[in-house]
Amino acid sequence: MLLTISILLENKPGALLRVTGVLSARGYNIETLTVAKTIDPELSRMTIGVEVEDRLRSQVVKQMNKLINVLQATDLTDAPAVIREMILLRVRCDQNTRTAVLKEAEIFHARVVDSSTEGFALEATGDPEKLDEFVAIMRSYGEIEVTRSGGVAMSLEGKKIRLQPPVALNEVGQTASPAQRTL
Amino acid sequence: MAAETLQSTSPRTETGKLMSGAEMLLECLVREGVDCFFGYPGGVTIPFYDALYDHHIRHVLVRHEENAVFAAEGFARATGKVGVCCATSGPGATNLVTGLVDAMMDSIPIVAISGQVHSKLIGSDAFQEADTFGITRPATKHNFMVKTLQELPQIVHEAFYIAASGRPGPVLVDIPKDVFQARGHYAPVDTIHLPGYKVFTEGHTGQIRRAAQLIWEAERPFVYAGGGIIAANAAPELKEFVELVDVPAVCTLMALGGLASNHPNFVSMPGMHGSYAANMGMTDCDLLIALGTRFDDRVTGQLSTFARHARVIHVDIDPAEVGKNRTPDIPIVGDVKRVLQKLNRVLHELAPEAAPKKSEARRKWRAQLREWKEERPYDRGHLDEEIRPQHLMDEIDRLSNGQAIVTSDVGQHQMWAAQLIGFNEPRLWINSGGLGAMGFGVPAAMGAQMARPDKLVFAICGDGGFQMAIPELATIASQGLPVKIIIMNNGYLGMVRQWQTLFYNNRLSAVTLDCFPDAEKLASAYGFAGRTIEKPHELTKALQEAIAYPGPYLLNVKVSPEENVYPMVPAGGSISEMVFGPPQPVTV
Repeated sequence: MLLTISILLENKPGALLRVTGVLSARGYNIETLTVAKTIDPELSRMTIGVEVEDRLRSQVVKQMNKLINVLQATDLTDAPAVIREMILLRVRCDQNTRTAVLKEAEIFHARVVDSSTEGFALEATGDPEKLDEFVAIMRSYGEIEVTRSGGVAMSLEGKKIRLQPPVALNEVGQTASPAQRTL
Repeated sequence: MAAETLQSTSPRTETGKLMSGAEMLLECLVREGVDCFFGYPGGVTIPFYDALYDHHIRHVLVRHEENAVFAAEGFARATGKVGVCCATSGPGATNLVTGLVDAMMDSIPIVAISGQVHSKLIGSDAFQEADTFGITRPATKHNFMVKTLQELPQIVHEAFYIAASGRPGPVLVDIPKDVFQARGHYAPVDTIHLPGYKVFTEGHTGQIRRAAQLIWEAERPFVYAGGGIIAANAAPELKEFVELVDVPAVCTLMALGGLASNHPNFVSMPGMHGSYAANMGMTDCDLLIALGTRFDDRVTGQLSTFARHARVIHVDIDPAEVGKNRTPDIPIVGDVKRVLQKLNRVLHELAPEAAPKKSEARRKWRAQLREWKEERPYDRGHLDEEIRPQHLMDEIDRLSNGQAIVTSDVGQHQMWAAQLIGFNEPRLWINSGGLGAMGFGVPAAMGAQMARPDKLVFAICGDGGFQMAIPELATIASQGLPVKIIIMNNGYLGMVRQWQTLFYNNRLSAVTLDCFPDAEKLASAYGFAGRTIEKPHELTKALQEAIAYPGPYLLNVKVSPEENVYPMVPAGGSISEMVFGPPQPVTV
C-alpha cells in the first residue's frame, strides 16, 4: 500500500540517502519525496510517499527510526494528518476556452502565475487526489505540462519527541591509560 | 590554515596542546583504550602513519585490507572490545567493504578509519579517490566523513560510542589527507550528543513480569539463545536463568559458548545443520524463549511451521528485530543482560508458588529432550582407512577440551566444527555467521591471538577459504603468532558440492580444487612448520605436534572428499523435516 511517512532528521550530508537507502535496499520505488529545513536549522522534515508491502510496513519505519541521523520516523498513512501538495501547471488554450480554463482554475483555488496568448501557467495547492482531478480537467482543455512538489504532511497529534541526552565520555570510552606494548 | 579557523571559532581549544589531525586521532584512540589495530598504509594515510611512527599504539601490518577488518573482528569477538582497522583511500577503502558487511551482519563493534583524498580534490576523480562515504553507508551501522580538523575528535568518539553501544556494529570514519595534516589545539572531548540515537537497554518491567509468569506456566519451555548473549556478556545471566527454570537451551551458530557446551541443559545448535534434538525441541515446545537473536532463516527454516505450537517471548536490543520474522507474544526490547537480570529476580520471587505446578510436565519434557539427543546424536564416526571430517573435529574437540579459541571459514568444515567442538566459555567460537565470508578464519585467528596471547587458537579452514587468506601467513609469521591453522582438505568447495550432489543431480560444476600447495613447503616458505596427513592413525599425533610447536603451524588434513554435513534441513523446509543421510537409491 502507499505509505506516507514523516521523518524528522538531522540536517547533515548523507542523511537523506540513509533514509532513502532503507527503501532502495528493499527495491521500493519512492513515489514522492519532499524535504526542507525546520525552524531549527539543524533539523529537516521529510515526507515520503512509498509503495510498501503490507507486512513490511512497520519494519520499514523501524529501520528508519534506527538511523543515527533520524530523530523520529512516523507512519502517517492511517493517522490523523493533513497532506498537501503544490502543483505548477501550464495549459495551452485558444481564445475560445480561456474563460472556461480560468473558471475551472477558480474552482480549484488555483492562481494564475503567467498568462500569454498561448495559455496560462497556474499554481494550486491541495490534497494530492484533488490535484489529480485538477490535472485531469485541465488536460481536457489542451496540452499541459505539470510539475508537482510531492506531498508535505503534518500529523495532527501532538507527539512528543524524546531526544537522547548527551553522554559523558568517561561513561562510554576508556580513561586515558598508557596502552601496553606487550599485548 | 585550518588551525587558524579552529582557533577563531572555538576559543576553548586555544588552551589545548598544538598537534596535527593524525596526532589527535591517535590521542582519541588511546582515550578509547585502543592498544592495537590492524591496517595497511597508502598515499593519503602517510601523515597518519608518520604520527604512528613514534607512538606506543601497536599497529599490525596485514597483507590485504579485507583481512584488516577480519582481524579486527577476531580481536573484537575474542575480547568484546571495539576492533580497529585502517585503510587508505580508494582501493584500500573498497577492500574494507566485505569485512564491514560481515561485522554488520554479526553485530561486531568495529571502528574503521579510511583515508580520503585532499578535501580540495574530492569529487574530481583524483588518484585513488572513491566515494567511500557513499559506498560504505549501507555496509556500516553509521559512517562519517570528517571535513574539518575541529570536528575530528568529536567524530572519533561518536564512532566508538555508536560501534559499541546498543546493537554493536561497524562504524567507518573517512578522513581526508589535509585533515590528518592540519594542525590545531587539541582539547579532549567530554560529552557526545547524538539526539537521534536511541539505545533501549532496560526492558519493560511489566512485560518482564508477564514473561516470568508465562515461563512458570509453560509445560515445554525452550531457550533459543543467539549472538546477543555473547555481545551483551550475558552468559552468567543465561546460566542462572537456565538453571533456575531448569529449561533446555540451544545456542545458535553465533551464540556457541554462551551456555557451556558441557552444561547439562545445553542441547546443541539449532537450524539447517542443527541437531535432531535442537530442531525437535524448537518444533514441539510450547514456549520459545528467544534471547538476543533474530530468527534467521538458517535457524527457522520455513517460518509458517517454525515452533508452531509455541508462544514466543522475544528479547532483543534492536526494536527492528522484534516482530521482523515472527510476531512474539511478549516482545521485550532491551539489553539481554539487563533483561535477564530482572527476569531472574522476578522468576525467583514467583518460584515458591509457581515452580511446582508444572514440574511433572517439565520432567517429561526434559526426558523427551534426552531421548531425542540419544536417538540421533551428531555423527562422530571414525574410519580406519581415511580421516572423516567428523573425526578431525572430534579430535580437535577432545584436545581443546572446550577451552581453545576456534575460528572458522565458511562451509562444511564450519558446520562440522560448530556441531562437534565444545565451547565452555563465550568468545571462543569465532566465525562469519551472517555474511558467510570465506577467507575469514585465518585473519580472525590472527586478531584473536593478538587479543588473547594466553589462548590456544585454531583456525579451521576449508581448502577453499584458506586459499583466500594465504597472504596473511606472512602477517602471522612476522608477528610470531602461534596460530594453529588446520585445513580440512577435501579437494572441493564442499558445501557447494554437497548442494550440487543433493539438489542438482550431482552435476559438480566448478567445485573441484585440484591444485593445493604442499603444506610443508608453504609453511617453511614463510618460516614456520607444517605438514600434510591423510591417515587416521596420524591424526592425534599430528594435532598434538601442532599444538606443542612453539609458533604458527599449518596442518593440512586430507579428509574423505565425499562426506556431507547432516542433519540437513533442505532450504525453505520445516526444521522438523531433517535429512540424515544421502537419498537411498531406488531399486525397481
